[in-house]
Amino acid sequence: MNAPILTRRGFTGGLGTLVVAFSLDPNLVLAQERLPGSLQNNRKLDGWIRINPDGTATVFTGKVELGQGILTALAQIAAEEIDLPLARVRMISGDTRQTPNEGQTAGSQSVENSGTALRMACAEARAILIDLAATRLGVAVDQLKVTDGVISAPDGRKIGYAELNPDLNREATAKAAPKPPASHKIVGKSIPRFDIPAKVTGGLVFVQDMRPAGMLHGRVIRPPRYGSKLDSADETAAKAIPGVVAVVRDGSFLGVVAEREEQAIKAREALRKSAKWTLGPELPDPARIFEVIKSLPSKDATIGVKQGAAPTDARTFEAVYTKPYMSHGSIGPSCSVAEFKDGRMTVWTHSQGVFPLRAELVKVLKMPAAAIRCVHVEGSGCYGHNGADDVAADAALLARAVPDRPVRLQWMRDHEFGWEPYGPAMVMHAKAALGGDGKIADWEYEVWSNSHSTRPESTDGTNVLAGWYLAEPQKMGPPTSPPQPAGGGDRNAIPLYDFPNQRVIHHFVQDMPIRVSALRTLGAYANVFALESFMDELAAAAGADPIAFRLAHLKDPRARAVIEAVAKKAGWKGGEKGDGTRGRGIGFAKYKNLACYVAVVAEVAVDRATGMVSVPQTWAAVDSGLIINPDGLTSQIEGGIIQSVSWTLKEEVRFDKDGILARDWASYPILTMPEAPKVEIELINRPIERPLGSGEGSQGPAVAAVANAFANATGKRVRDLPLNPARVKAALA
Amino acid sequence: MAINLKVNGVARSVTAEPDTPLLYVLRNDFELNGAKYGCGLSQCGACTVLIDGQAVRSCVTPIGALEKSEITTIEGLGSIDKPHVLQQAFIEEQAAQCGYCTNGMIMSAKELLDRNPRPSEPDVRAALASNLCRCGTHNRIIRAVLRAAQANGRT
Repeated sequence: MNAPILTRRGFTGGLGTLVVAFSLDPNLVLAQERLPGSLQNNRKLDGWIRINPDGTATVFTGKVELGQGILTALAQIAAEEIDLPLARVRMISGDTRQTPNEGQTAGSQSVENSGTALRMACAEARAILIDLAATRLGVAVDQLKVTDGVISAPDGRKIGYAELNPDLNREATAKAAPKPPASHKIVGKSIPRFDIPAKVTGGLVFVQDMRPAGMLHGRVIRPPRYGSKLDSADETAAKAIPGVVAVVRDGSFLGVVAEREEQAIKAREALRKSAKWTLGPELPDPARIFEVIKSLPSKDATIGVKQGAAPTDARTFEAVYTKPYMSHGSIGPSCSVAEFKDGRMTVWTHSQGVFPLRAELVKVLKMPAAAIRCVHVEGSGCYGHNGADDVAADAALLARAVPDRPVRLQWMRDHEFGWEPYGPAMVMHAKAALGGDGKIADWEYEVWSNSHSTRPESTDGTNVLAGWYLAEPQKMGPPTSPPQPAGGGDRNAIPLYDFPNQRVIHHFVQDMPIRVSALRTLGAYANVFALESFMDELAAAAGADPIAFRLAHLKDPRARAVIEAVAKKAGWKGGEKGDGTRGRGIGFAKYKNLACYVAVVAEVAVDRATGMVSVPQTWAAVDSGLIINPDGLTSQIEGGIIQSVSWTLKEEVRFDKDGILARDWASYPILTMPEAPKVEIELINRPIERPLGSGEGSQGPAVAAVANAFANATGKRVRDLPLNPARVKAALA
Repeated sequence: MAINLKVNGVARSVTAEPDTPLLYVLRNDFELNGAKYGCGLSQCGACTVLIDGQAVRSCVTPIGALEKSEITTIEGLGSIDKPHVLQQAFIEEQAAQCGYCTNGMIMSAKELLDRNPRPSEPDVRAALASNLCRCGTHNRIIRAVLRAAQANGRT
């Protein structure tokens, strides 16, 4: 391999502009040593950490705060390794002008990827500082002590980080060893989150709260359903509405900009009423949606194959499970502020990935990447790919029509529900052979699902909504599926259990009758629901206790440990039976088969007359390896359980052939405060193990625990989600 | 037309149509971030403010009817430097993930504690039944409200 290895300085120097992050040619990367986490693609130390003249450090991450507390956790990691108090570490995140490109903040990967990069980069920066101090003080490195950014020699002489003025504009080597866990002072502590005081006092926190000088308000008008074409709209009447500054039309993209927000909303309503559309194709019959999905062309992959001795005395069982389309259901509709000034576009966005978003804006706006800056500002929790990127493209299109004046666009509630990409509907077909010894001898599993990732930075197309409706329409990018072991629709489709024979088929369905993308856990929620429900059905057939049955099929000691821990915490009694209206069940998964281990026990109460199911109590045990912030981890696991209970009992995006029917909280109800289960959580800390992603670890186990508890309570199995009154009454009839 | 409002004890004036929802005036004219647009339909509670002590959805409340009213927003309760007992309790319980619903939770809880200083846990759940949270922070929010009630009881 003779290709020269170019440094980032080499690139940027040649271009004469500031380009902070880029993707190296993979052939060049091959010539370099593999670096851990996100250091691999962002290899300069000062891309991650800089020491400031006042002795503070600025830490850069491409990951962004989504309400999961990640910036606090990453600051803990950085402060720990650089040996500065947290108050002297400043975080900068998700800015195409300033931070590393770490793609999307998704998939419970921030601690693993950004955290690992920061741990290694900060450890290396600290080692460089100590080397400099050793030279300056004429003392051997191993004689020096570091406390809060001050390095001291045995004779009492001290030197601060700022005085050492380290040159961190150099390639990371990842050779400096991070601190041993036993010496951690900041990592492992429940540090209160930095962002919460402002969030409880009306501080300027969210992109929704921005109001730069001269800001205008935008709204967009969307068609009645997918693929419709705008024939006409009364733009003249809209322009006559007081305060309207511009009506923006590009093909079937229609928007309005006004001085005041309520004026933009009135103009949007007028345009919506006057707009004439040629309707796009009808949606499928909702009663047949699972047949439709199974009938569409799919790319099939056989995964997780094990071949052992064939069973002789086995009984076979099979079951089909389904999961409907589900909405992210962000409390705050998506929002963005965009400004077009001096030929440059700046977009403030709560996108999960500012660099991928910029890649799509390049295509929509036909502007060079260097002229577009995307800056992350927090939004309402997104739980995956909601309208965040779409609204940013909408805002940029409106801002381009009113140069020099920033435009704030927040989607209306019906847009967020009606146009965001949902979590896909899925069908899971499980078959198993149960041997005479009461153990599973053979396991076959098939899952049908659309893509769980139609996110920005498509390789061939443009994955933001507005792009598809322009006068020169851009095509949606090809659907993608993350490969195993993480997987997409097949995430957690391969059991962690030790079955002698096993075969899993992922039918990756290509055509999307309804727009879908990533919802927290991707396919794991549905696959763990099916897999863990079927485990309970087989345990019942074997006459075994569900927990004992799982443990009999499970060697992984960390998996066993969380199951045993939750059983103990919940006071599980082997073979416990429900009484017709109350019961308990368990669910377990190792998220993605490579992240945190979570086991959940849920208690359900069933009102047989109304069909209402409630979940008064849940218990969970979690092993996330080294715990960075115990309270933050608890919060994520608990939030995931409650969200999963909401999905499981209530949620389904309804539609008919004319379009999407979920438009507000009445047509898409979620769990309310009186209905939220209590949650008790046990954390198993493993300081010598690497930290494992945890933000999405509990949803799968929680749905399975609830479904199994329902069966335990009533003796009836519901295999179609959600467990709503109609379905429950039908099952109990 | 000019409409006079009293917000957090201060007389303010805004030039807007009388049917303008209070939410937009609070946010855009008075630069108060606390109340949030969530649905515009009085369904989610993110926009909750107190009007003459009652928890009200500002997204559907026209300003024209409020000239004689006392409007209190979360900014009127306390600040980062001097948080209200409820705000302090939310910090201590770390009772927010994304924090978008937090304003509504605190303002609805304020109304509850004003009329029932020692609520039970079911009282808190019932008082917050129309405030939606999506992150699953429910139990921390309930604990924070109960903690604030206890702290009130001590002072």
